[in-house]
Amino acid sequence: MSVALRVIPCLDVHDGRVVKGVNFQNLRDAGDPVELAASYSAAGADELCFLDISASSEGRATTRDMVQRCAETVFIPLTVGGGVRAVEDVDSLLRCGADKAGINTGALARPGVIDEIAARFGNQVLVLSLDARREPGMPSGFGVTTHGGRKSAGRDAVEWAREAVDRGVGEVLLNSMDADGTTDGFDLEMLRAVRKVVDVPLIASGGAGTAQHFVEAADAGADAVLAASVFHYRTLTVAQVKEALRAGGHTVREGVVA
Amino acid sequence: MNGPRRVGLLDYGSGNLHSAAQALRAAGAAVVVTSEHDVLLRQDALVVPGVGAFAACITGLEAVGGRELVADWVSSGRPLLGICVGHQVFFERGTEHGVDTAGLGLYPGTVEQLPVRRLPHMGWNTVEVPPDSRLFDGLAGERFYFVHSYAALAAPPDALATTARHEDQEFVAALERDNVASTQFHPEKSGAAGARLLRNWLAS
Repeated sequence: MSVALRVIPCLDVHDGRVVKGVNFQNLRDAGDPVELAASYSAAGADELCFLDISASSEGRATTRDMVQRCAETVFIPLTVGGGVRAVEDVDSLLRCGADKAGINTGALARPGVIDEIAARFGNQVLVLSLDARREPGMPSGFGVTTHGGRKSAGRDAVEWAREAVDRGVGEVLLNSMDADGTTDGFDLEMLRAVRKVVDVPLIASGGAGTAQHFVEAADAGADAVLAASVFHYRTLTVAQVKEALRAGGHTVREGVVA
Repeated sequence: MNGPRRVGLLDYGSGNLHSAAQALRAAGAAVVVTSEHDVLLRQDALVVPGVGAFAACITGLEAVGGRELVADWVSSGRPLLGICVGHQVFFERGTEHGVDTAGLGLYPGTVEQLPVRRLPHMGWNTVEVPPDSRLFDGLAGERFYFVHSYAALAAPPDALATTARHEDQEFVAALERDNVASTQFHPEKSGAAGARLLRNWLAS
């Protein structure tokens, strides 16, 4: 037997509320975050990811309060990303009940922060959130982006993944900005390129539209598959995704005790 | 017993306190989180959590007199549960990057890095449970949430050992011996299966 492939619904959070929107525009309230988290957990989600898109420190504080309420009722791993720049940011997320912290812009600005966080809390606590897209001129053909894919960070995405793992991230969340929002499937080419250089768990994100897309990502080497809109808009349930993965020969977590 | 089981959760600066406390409360316990020995010693049961490095956890434990507390607790005969690095520090030694750290020595043996290619071992894995386990009563075939790179590869001969496997390497996933129990995985993050395990432990 082996570790089950994880299915992870992702929730965008703004000032403590779950929101839906396209490219962070026209945000709509999508319901009570704690209720949503509990319903995903009951539906068989293996983990939950919160992406905090609050702009202000008050908004982030409200989000931490929300994560705390979530951790009181939902007993599966919680990853929270957004605004992590220092050891203290991770400390405050862990204290409110997060199990892992996602880091993106903060690590690009100062890569050494990865070493500092890993030394304090261990590698397993830190997820590199990597937004990448095709960028001619980069050695691997993929470049790192910031600001929701709008700006180039001027770094090779595969090389950055390798450096971040060497420095101490315990997991890589690879979000393809080319595939994101298309519902045409995960970016398998990008996934394979990053898989080649990292041995830590790799989470595929961006582009999911059908249950079969999740199977393709698993076939390409993902240890976990993450999606937002297909779950929020009820295009797919977690159970349907798991059924497809199982049919595709992948191990998933099934039995839930009464 | 009258009322809920009173559980002390040892606070020595290690992570997952909030999650462990909430999961224990959801399992029906009255939980107090503190490092005060006199408060902890009045509880019915004790939990030692732990996240991060073995050596850092031992340093944190020593700073709150954890060695003495755990030793006293074990001889009191009341239930003790170690979780993740809290389980690891119950062993004699931990080895990280070639540096040996003395553990609490409740179990013989050493905690070391898993000799596998892919680390950390992260996610929901199955476990091999011995027939007499009370901790895993009703939990055959369930998966539990693991996140670690270090583990004990050999179980103490006098303990009831539940094992798990990552790649080709078998390691200790949980131990039960007299009033001491411990899990390498996180029951507080293992959904309904973890909740059942905590209830089993509270009933011990």
